[in-house]
Amino acid sequence: MDLTLIPDGGLGWLDASGPHSHVVLSTRIRLARNLAGETFAGRASRDDRQRVLERVEAAWQGCEAAKGGVRVSLDTLAAEERQLLHERHLVSKELLASAADRPGTSATAVLLGDGVGAMVNEEDHLRLQTLQSGFALSAAYAALDRLDRALGARLPYAFHHEFGYLTACPTNAGTGLRASVLIHLPGLVHTKEIAKVLQGLTQVGLTFRGLYGEGSDVVGNFFQISNQTTLGKSEEDLLDHLGKIVRQVVVYEEQARQMLLREAPAIIEDKLWRAYGLLRYARSLSFEEAMNLLSGVRLGVGLNLIPGLGVYALNKLLIFAQPAHLAALEATHPHDPELRVARAAYVRRVLDDEAARA
Amino acid sequence: MRCEHCHEREAIIHLTQIQNAQVTTLHLCEPCAAEKGVETGAPSGKVPLQDFLATLGKGGGGPAEAGTDVPCPACGATLQDFRQAGRLGCAECYTAFEGPLRDLLRRLHGSALHAGEAYAVEPAAAPAHAPAVPAGALGDLRERLRHAIETEDFELAAELRDRIRVLE
Repeated sequence: MDLTLIPDGGLGWLDASGPHSHVVLSTRIRLARNLAGETFAGRASRDDRQRVLERVEAAWQGCEAAKGGVRVSLDTLAAEERQLLHERHLVSKELLASAADRPGTSATAVLLGDGVGAMVNEEDHLRLQTLQSGFALSAAYAALDRLDRALGARLPYAFHHEFGYLTACPTNAGTGLRASVLIHLPGLVHTKEIAKVLQGLTQVGLTFRGLYGEGSDVVGNFFQISNQTTLGKSEEDLLDHLGKIVRQVVVYEEQARQMLLREAPAIIEDKLWRAYGLLRYARSLSFEEAMNLLSGVRLGVGLNLIPGLGVYALNKLLIFAQPAHLAALEATHPHDPELRVARAAYVRRVLDDEAARA
Repeated sequence: MRCEHCHEREAIIHLTQIQNAQVTTLHLCEPCAAEKGVETGAPSGKVPLQDFLATLGKGGGGPAEAGTDVPCPACGATLQDFRQAGRLGCAECYTAFEGPLRDLLRRLHGSALHAGEAYAVEPAAAPAHAPAVPAGALGDLRERLRHAIETEDFELAAELRDRIRVLE
């Protein structure tokens, strides 16, 4: 698979151009949709799934988003290539599982356009999604809404006058909308305020996850904050509520960072420079270690303690230091123990380049 | 304080466990805590869907409620299947198991009434027929609502109120 065919490699959001990009990396929204009259993907036969894929692809071709976009069938990809798509946040773990459960005949696909995409035959027939740089809920929803309207005019969505959009899992019914903001909270973690904040989130109807969404661990102090419920509120209200709370969390995070600087400047500065030093000179790095050190360096850059290092370079490391990306770069497999050495070399190279540019 | 597991790094996570009335506190560093499956932060606020599913079909609906082994006429899935898989078989399941699902949706989301964008199938994309709202149902529902309020069955009353709103 040639990832360069994907519009901007699916990495446009890495450019760190969005609002609050020192704390908020990206904003993701997805809409769950199903076709009326078709069995949901989990219960559907092989033929049903194939028919749904064909109907969706035909409708997609008539959409603005499809221009210059690509269609990637997971059935034609090797496991490593699927993993690459997942590491780029273009497909979910569930889509990988759906493809792996039905080798060669899953009819799973991802349709990728400019900043928007659609997964086909995941848990729902359609998972429309967008990923944008920084804290950009309105821009993200506007882009996705356009795609949703275009597809909805060409395909009959399953919709109930009372329950809204119908989904395989009732936790997604109604709007089918899940918006999540990927946020870096080292200040709150170091000041030990994070538990309070996360608990607060659950009390106001929001939830949090790790870097890779549902069921993933928290690594590198990255959290995804998203709405818990999808029914009973309008799309606007759901986004407004999430936006308000995330803005508040950003304020808390900034306060925590300032407090660290005020209360223990020497300790913090030492910690962050040590993280940088390890990344710059280590000869072997596990993914987790790299993420945790990068978290420290990112904090150092955010606090203007570590000069001459762009957030873009750090974002790039987040993606390219992942196992499948490194394996592709090194022409090996993602479980090769030598990847730790390759990872350290890759990180050194990026940081050296940045230092040379500064 | 050193981590009690690796004895190398600084312990930053202090995990208090209560087992058989015994209180123990573990002092761990972040990597060791992660290894032991302890997440930094509060427990996830994820709704335990399985807990909700276990109660599905047990009350909440009227006497006309379908049994848990009655299949959806469109896809053949039963409430029992849903309880096990946590996923419905098709869009028609929402009609076939309307009562228990309304109850479940209300508990999951705090409401069972869609307030977001309305969707109308474009003529070009429309299926052959669409389910219509049964006529004369409104009067009947209002009567049941009055009765529910009189007998202080507020859960049923809320459900009826939602349904009346939709029909109105």
